[in-house]
Amino acid sequence: MASPRKNRRSVIALSGVAVLSLGLAACSSGSSTTATTSAAGGGADCAAYKAYGDLKGKTVTVYTSIVAPEDASHKESYKPFEQCTGATIKYEGSKEFEAQLPVRVKGGNAPDIAYIPQPGLLNTLVSTTGKVVKAPQLVSDNVDKYFGKDWKAYGTVGGTFYAAPLGANVKSFVWYSPKTFKAKGYTVPKTWDEMMTLTDKIVADDSKAKPWCVGFGSGDATGWPGTDWLEDVMLRTAGPEKYDAWVAHKIPFNDPSVVSALAKVGTIVKNPKYVGDVKAIATTTFQDAGLPIVTDGSCYMHRQASFYAANWPKGTKVAEDGDVWAFYLPATDPAAGKPVLGGGEFVAAFADRPEVAAFQAFLASPEWANAKAKATTGGGWVSANKELKIDNLTSPMDKLSAGILQDPKAVFRFDGSDLMPGAVGAGSFWKEMTNWVASDKSDADVLNAIEASWK
Amino acid sequence: MDTATKFTQMFFALGVFALVFVGTLLLASLFKGRTGEKIQAGAFVLPSLILLLGLLIPGLMTIWRSFENDSTGALGFSNYGDIFTRPENLLALRNTALWVILVPLLATAIGLLYAILIDRSPIEALAKALVFLPMAISMVGAGIIWKFVYEYRTAGRTQIGLLNAILDGMGKDPKNFLLDAPSNTIFLIIVMVWIQAGFAMTVLSAAIKAIPDDIIEAAKLDGVEGLKMFRFITLPSIRSALVVVLTTIGIGTLKVFDIVRTMTGGNFETSVIANEFYDAIFRYNRDGLGAAFAVLLFVLVVPIVVYNIVQMRKDA
Repeated sequence: MASPRKNRRSVIALSGVAVLSLGLAACSSGSSTTATTSAAGGGADCAAYKAYGDLKGKTVTVYTSIVAPEDASHKESYKPFEQCTGATIKYEGSKEFEAQLPVRVKGGNAPDIAYIPQPGLLNTLVSTTGKVVKAPQLVSDNVDKYFGKDWKAYGTVGGTFYAAPLGANVKSFVWYSPKTFKAKGYTVPKTWDEMMTLTDKIVADDSKAKPWCVGFGSGDATGWPGTDWLEDVMLRTAGPEKYDAWVAHKIPFNDPSVVSALAKVGTIVKNPKYVGDVKAIATTTFQDAGLPIVTDGSCYMHRQASFYAANWPKGTKVAEDGDVWAFYLPATDPAAGKPVLGGGEFVAAFADRPEVAAFQAFLASPEWANAKAKATTGGGWVSANKELKIDNLTSPMDKLSAGILQDPKAVFRFDGSDLMPGAVGAGSFWKEMTNWVASDKSDADVLNAIEASWK
Repeated sequence: MDTATKFTQMFFALGVFALVFVGTLLLASLFKGRTGEKIQAGAFVLPSLILLLGLLIPGLMTIWRSFENDSTGALGFSNYGDIFTRPENLLALRNTALWVILVPLLATAIGLLYAILIDRSPIEALAKALVFLPMAISMVGAGIIWKFVYEYRTAGRTQIGLLNAILDGMGKDPKNFLLDAPSNTIFLIIVMVWIQAGFAMTVLSAAIKAIPDDIIEAAKLDGVEGLKMFRFITLPSIRSALVVVLTTIGIGTLKVFDIVRTMTGGNFETSVIANEFYDAIFRYNRDGLGAAFAVLLFVLVVPIVVYNIVQMRKDA
């Protein structure tokens, strides 16, 4: 051994490096947030919770993609359940949810419950891991009672019902400024033709601005707003049955009906007179794209989901008589009813303990839907639960969305890209819709490339 | 989890680590003499052995997995076939090649030039700090910074990106830097060069300072000056440092992921191997294809590492 002093110094240096890297590892786990809300016991009206039994001392872990600040109202909405049954809900939200959930499930570290926003991912988890637990009878009964058949079908894989629907959003909206419309004397279009007439009118009236705001950019998920455009139009021009066949790959991705739907999207999105610089759509984020409606007025209409309401600058009044509001993207054929494109989350369980089943049933119940509505004071949440009382929702936009979801004339269909296998729905479909605008790839080439990727 | 609990947890983890570390040392020091030294040596080698095992087994499993077809589970070369036939995968290979060739060369060239220029200048410390600073920024951070630099708004609107604001100020049309292929890959490469040039400069500057003065004086007496001095004295003297810098940056560049992910998400024909690897596993649920990409990356890194080791042996 060499001199003791030299040794000591190298030991310190070594441990310094090791400690540093350990410290970094500790920091990197900070992207997810964990919180526990403890049961207080008693107080609330517990009649509806009797069926769940006494769950004192039991814990249910929930893993979701919903992070702060939206997670607060979720945790708040579990309180009646926790107070009446004595169970504790451990909530963990992560932005890396979609990538991490399969890893956790395959690694034997699955949460009790996960809120899955893509039925396609649920399908993959069921078929590749086999660790998703079939929905208990109580949950199935609740879903039969409170949700439409189509919603139950999205949580079903291979004839077995697994996951009950949780939240929902409506994508068939066009955002506009009621103030500007009033000043210019425009009225909200009720049919597709009226909408195109209005588009041409804006082009004629305002040479400095464009009628449509479009942005496909969304970080590493760039392209999804483009898939929504195609799905929304496809649902209108080809009808819901054809749409279902297309999403399930029973007809090819490049079927003539899809070709004509994409061409119809192109009449708006790829028309420089309507959108300005078509290529720039690929690099404009969907968040930024609609902002000119309230800022500099350089575009008028932005087709985007109900959740865009959270995106407006602070102080923007989202209401029918406010700064911004949304109209329903009209049907191309008024006789075909009211097609609605939307999305939502589904509650999948990876454990079959009684407290987990009870919590699943609670989430599918009207008690939860209404508790969540009341807890979401800032707005930005709806559910397809038929017993959700629209008056319990706080924001006008949520009321509008819930009204559309509960409309008996509405023909609801789930966002197709969320139903397709990941390699298509979160891969080639996104990428090719991006290429469609970024490098002016032709309609046929885009659809053929997506079809080729679907094996 | 609030900040206080996070810090408590961190310090707790650090404390446990320190305890284990000191404990191992104490235990090792209990043994004296010849066998004692062996035990001490073993105590130090053990962690790296465990680590090696932890690397080796998953490594072998990855190689095995890369031959499994994702849909049928059959063993074969289907995943590799996918990599070398599908146009978007070939594009990722081409881009990775561009990165690996351009980044080490440019970063080293710029670093070397800079090191020579500022050598023995009065503001050397400051000038070095300025170029070294980007090294302290994470790749994701650099990606976000440069995304703003390249930011594009349609002509006529206020440009918030630095470069386009300059173009706008000069009365030129703004350019959508990150959109138009293949120049967009070059604009991404610039970010990596910006980060790595500082590293090259620091190492090379130290190597230049280590050249013995007597060699330089002897060369001067022989009438060697300027470029010739660089070509025949400086370059041969810092050769081993150059090799280390080139190979280190080369390996780092082969794995490039963060910059591409944050700036374009692999869109607009800018994807690279590591990005495709991530997408395959975490987005498309195609573990086999992802494993094949990982193996490919490994195969490409090996020659650089071997070359590096051979060079180091020669110098030693």
